[in-house]
Amino acid sequence: MEKSIKKYFAFFALPTIVAFTIAFLIPFVLGIYLSFTEFTTVNDASWVGLDNYTKAFSNQEFVNALWFTVKFTIVSVISINVLAFFLAMLLTKGRRGTNIFRTAFFMPNLIGGIVLGYIWQLILNGILYKYEVTLTYSAKYGFWGLVILMCWQMIGYMMIIYIAGIQNVPKDLIEAAKIDGSSSFGILRNVTIPLVMPAITICLFLTLSNSFKLFDQNLALTNGAPSKQTAMLALDIFNTFYGKTGYEGVGQAKAVMFFLLVAIIAIVQLVITRRKEIEN
Amino acid sequence: MQRSSTTNKDRLVTLFLLVLTVSFLSPIFIVLMNSFKGKFFISDTPFVFPTDKTYVGLDNYVAGIAKIKFFNAFGMSLFITVCSVLVIVLFTSMTAWYIIRVKTKFTKTMYYVFVSSMIVPFQMVMFTMTKVANVLHLDNPVGLVFIYLGFGAGLSVFLFAGFVKSIPIEIEEAVMIDGCNPIQSFFKVVFPILKPVAITVAILNVMWVWNDYLLPLLIIGSDYKTIPLAIQYLKGGYGSIDMGAMMAMLVLAILPIVIFYLICQKYIIEGVVAGAVKG
Repeated sequence: MEKSIKKYFAFFALPTIVAFTIAFLIPFVLGIYLSFTEFTTVNDASWVGLDNYTKAFSNQEFVNALWFTVKFTIVSVISINVLAFFLAMLLTKGRRGTNIFRTAFFMPNLIGGIVLGYIWQLILNGILYKYEVTLTYSAKYGFWGLVILMCWQMIGYMMIIYIAGIQNVPKDLIEAAKIDGSSSFGILRNVTIPLVMPAITICLFLTLSNSFKLFDQNLALTNGAPSKQTAMLALDIFNTFYGKTGYEGVGQAKAVMFFLLVAIIAIVQLVITRRKEIEN
Repeated sequence: MQRSSTTNKDRLVTLFLLVLTVSFLSPIFIVLMNSFKGKFFISDTPFVFPTDKTYVGLDNYVAGIAKIKFFNAFGMSLFITVCSVLVIVLFTSMTAWYIIRVKTKFTKTMYYVFVSSMIVPFQMVMFTMTKVANVLHLDNPVGLVFIYLGFGAGLSVFLFAGFVKSIPIEIEEAVMIDGCNPIQSFFKVVFPILKPVAITVAILNVMWVWNDYLLPLLIIGSDYKTIPLAIQYLKGGYGSIDMGAMMAMLVLAILPIVIFYLICQKYIIEGVVAGAVKG
């Protein structure tokens, strides 16, 4: 059978592979090469070695964006996951109306980042107006604004993954722990959490990478204001590419480092939480 | 005694959830409410209901639709989303089946390349992909669909491949012995079995493509606008934002998603969970 399928390579596999090569593979390899060159239109690239990388690090905006992104990611990953887990616990007790709550909490996740950004710009500016400031008055407001927005968008998503995980915990295990006299906190710590570890792995991965790569919401909510202080890495890279000519190489070097960071964080996190899963 | 105290606690939790749900959804209602107010009465007092003085009916909607040509943007978003998702589901399911059923070094390598591509952030290939698309004249809506197939292939091939592995090969062998060629056996036998994953893949891709901002901006942004581009244009294209038009267009941008969600709610939630658990 394998042989007869093999004859149909051009029909089954070729279209996807061609599209993938053009949209992803070539741009990816070209991107790595170009990060070591100076160019404006790809055709005029000249080799400059690690120049772009040193330029990127001596660029205050990049270092600033890196810190802002790291801080934002830590705060939003923790708050999203704690709140989503808490809601999932409340919604897995077989209460009436659980489905309606689930539907409502998940909804913001379907709205696009640009639209989300403008919704929260209205709300947050409306609140801050009473204190006679705006969202772009200080980086502090932009930071917490983004955290609130991100929570609003992702809590429902993570909640339904946690719900699926918690529903898989065998009921008799919890009953047994109750009979043995465990407190509800003890059950949570020693029974529920270890058993939903796979869901925690997934949720941490999704919130980590989504927070770290945030772009649309950042663009719409503050666009980096005041003076680029609330620009995250993705926005800073975009601005380097399309904001100032002659910096395309630096932009590409930043993009390569961004990719490496995302890859390292994702792999380290997966390895750590997967190990926890096996232990249990 | 024990009973009544737990039900009281239950009621309290339900009440808490109710309050939480209402406040959770309130931002959407606040935008809706403001879309009926005059543009100078929005920014300063967004939490106040429209009054006789501030109510403007559908004026904001009329102005906004004209300004950003909303229905053109809606049509473009619909065209790109529907085409991309159909193309992605069709081609990546075929590719995944081929990769799993034909075991060579090449297919194995391709599988790992597809899977690792999922981790690469868009910014990494943003600039070079735009250049490649320009050179190959893919900078039009049809070309964009092709690019979505390429960039979306990683996740979709991965999800389909995971499912194909669990299909017993005997079914396909039996069909082929009966005289079906691989194309017939794929569409008559394999694809129907793949339907649950196909729904998951379709929903994840609808959510991605419909809301995507950067890719359409860079590839077709100078000639065409999807809904997210049109919304951003409303802000960028004019010195000061027309808040009235902005509110009305936000409502129109959210409306199709909410309708889609309420109709396919069950599939969306299941699809998202399945996609996340396998991913």
